[in-house]
Amino acid sequence: MILAVAVSVLMVVGALFSLAAAIGLVRLPDLYSRMHAASKAGTVGSGLMLVAAGLHAGDAAILARAAAGFVFFILTAPIAAHLLARAAHQAGFRLQPPSVRDDLEQSQRHHRGSN
Amino acid sequence: MSPAALVSTATLLSLSILSLAFLLTVYRIVVGPTLPDRVLALDMLAATAIGFIAVVAVKTGFTLYVDIAIALGLVGFLATVAFARFILARGHAEETPARKPAEPQRRRKGRARR
Repeated sequence: MILAVAVSVLMVVGALFSLAAAIGLVRLPDLYSRMHAASKAGTVGSGLMLVAAGLHAGDAAILARAAAGFVFFILTAPIAAHLLARAAHQAGFRLQPPSVRDDLEQSQRHHRGSN
Repeated sequence: MSPAALVSTATLLSLSILSLAFLLTVYRIVVGPTLPDRVLALDMLAATAIGFIAVVAVKTGFTLYVDIAIALGLVGFLATVAFARFILARGHAEETPARKPAEPQRRRKGRARR
């Protein structure tokens, strides 16, 4: 019974995290703020559901595999988001009005000025 | 409520919530407005699909689905990295709003340096 409750709670909470990420993706104003929602909440959402699947199987090997998958997503999601943000910034996509300060652009300009 | 019924109810609930998340993400892919937005939404779509697969693994009892979810995560990561390289290589933001006047000069300098 405890296992069933844990699996159910993990699944529903993971789905709600995914929903929060999707809502953030739709509602936030520009690429760089949407990235917060998609790469943090989205990863945790799918990871929690994977752990729920591992727990439900009731087998240590499956649970270990699910946990390895969760760790893998936690390792790769920030790298993917960082690469995408860097590529978009270098390609000339600027921050939108609600953001007030672009530190990366300022430091690059400073760097270029001192050379 | 028996444990099986509880898990089955939670499965249906999370599948419907995930469907809603899927639809919202597809809306972002369709609307855009820029290429990086769509790439980000595709990444998010892969993450949601992994969640779907995990919930289906609980629903059907086939534990092999966990391996499929890990493989999909790997493919999604590689796709995002490849798209980021593509955005970097294509190198121009034709849909840049707001501070457009400052753009051409800055970019020409960047290209000459490269």
